[in-house]
Amino acid sequence: MITQPPSPPLRLVVDLNRCQSYGQCVYAAPTVFRFHGEESLEYDYAPDAGVRREVARAAAACPVQAITLGGATEPAPTASGDDR
Amino acid sequence: MTAPAAAGLRTGRIVVVGASLAGLRAAEALRDEGFTGELTLIGEEPHEPYDRPPLSKAVLSGRLSCDHIVLPQVRNIDARWLLGTRATGLDVPGRRVELADGRSVAYDRLLIATGTRARPWPVQAGGRLDGVHVLRTREDAERLRGALLASPSRVLVIGAGFTGGEVASSCRELGLAVTVTQRSATPLASALGGVIGRATADWYREAGVDLRPHTTVRTLEGHPSGRLRRAVLSDGTTVDAEVAVVATGALANTEWLAGSGLAADHRGAVSDAGCRAMTADGRPVEDVFVAGDVARWPHPRYPGQLLRLDHWDNAVAQARTAAHNITHGPGEQLVHRPLPAFWSQQFGRYLKSIGVPALADQVVVTQGSLDRRQFVAAYGLQGRLVGAVAVDSPRVLEGYAALVESGAPFPPLLGASDGPDHLDPVDAAFPGRAAGSPPDHAVSAPAPTAHR
Repeated sequence: MITQPPSPPLRLVVDLNRCQSYGQCVYAAPTVFRFHGEESLEYDYAPDAGVRREVARAAAACPVQAITLGGATEPAPTASGDDR
Repeated sequence: MTAPAAAGLRTGRIVVVGASLAGLRAAEALRDEGFTGELTLIGEEPHEPYDRPPLSKAVLSGRLSCDHIVLPQVRNIDARWLLGTRATGLDVPGRRVELADGRSVAYDRLLIATGTRARPWPVQAGGRLDGVHVLRTREDAERLRGALLASPSRVLVIGAGFTGGEVASSCRELGLAVTVTQRSATPLASALGGVIGRATADWYREAGVDLRPHTTVRTLEGHPSGRLRRAVLSDGTTVDAEVAVVATGALANTEWLAGSGLAADHRGAVSDAGCRAMTADGRPVEDVFVAGDVARWPHPRYPGQLLRLDHWDNAVAQARTAAHNITHGPGEQLVHRPLPAFWSQQFGRYLKSIGVPALADQVVVTQGSLDRRQFVAAYGLQGRLVGAVAVDSPRVLEGYAALVESGAPFPPLLGASDGPDHLDPVDAAFPGRAAGSPPDHAVSAPAPTAHR
């Protein structure tokens, strides 16, 4: 068995200024992207890692390249002084 | 002239104060630009950077939890993160940031990206009452979401700007009764003028919102228990409400800069066109930079005033410009001159804007129609196109952006197939301005508060 290194959590953001509501992402990853109203895109910034392939396809399919995926492999920062 | 690269900073210590969108993107850009030194991010909130636009929409409506609005980090930045840590002072000559816990952090270059906060309701007018909310942070959104889940009999939203409209829209989605007060004649009047504002007022009313234009809240009154009971309005009427959301604009987080000698107040921290902080007596500081919502700067396109754009894409673009200028020498400096752009979602409509409609004296609907709720409006100032707003028509704005960038004449010559037979510009009806006169306020005043 080949053990894969743990993949970093899935994180994405859409530049909604750039987004023109073509909806390609909604087709590619319907559990992550959806329209709310006629044209307003809504999406999950931190979907389950299992949909990584769909999200990557959505990012590639976006005609205006408005979707940015996380690329960092270092751990997310945690709050210092956790007695707040 | 090409300056030696050594004049920019590639090693040493860079401190970024503010760990939200602008701070994070600046840190990433600093590494992209080749900075290999010590990078510290200081953030008052205890969370890793998250996105704010969904707070008033998907989060408030319950479609997205706050755990799911974390911003992606697009590259490793190898930074020291001081989260949950408030900056309380800045020693410019000593190059140190003072922290609330008594520590201080030394820097060679500093980036100020502390953003804005919601303007609070005055304490003497009921601001401390239980049930009075603002909406700017995750905690604000979670608190307000909890209050809405308790099924209040009515929610009062104070202010029909972008945040106010989105909150009212989310409340209606939840089936809650909503009253919205608005100082001017229509929602969004200071950002988009009265003509387009009147169209948005129809969305409010169709959604069942009790909209009170030309009305302010005089005071919020509570039960003896300290719970909000009702609001007394400027017309003498009262509104019974258990929840009030104060959406009356933003204040820049600059208190920590008091005594630093920098030009900074509630309107922002002033920089030059290259994002370099300015002193109160008007000199740029070589090693301190400003980016994001907190920044006010002289945009070359809009001379004679300082611009503050609390827009999402400005935070990203200004962070990149600042990071470039921090890491490059005098001959390689960039000027920050973005075309402003923002968007809003409310009452099922998707509104997008480019340029600065608030500068305009005239407006004309160029595509679609106000009645159909799907239209594009072009804004002109003294015969030039200065901005455009599209409702449920996101794909057309690119073309208008190019026209605004090129200083095209107004009304624009488009030949759009869905346009009217001839264009008939009217007074854009911005409050407090005679027809045909330019705004007497800074462009920053009407900028929306939630959508960078």
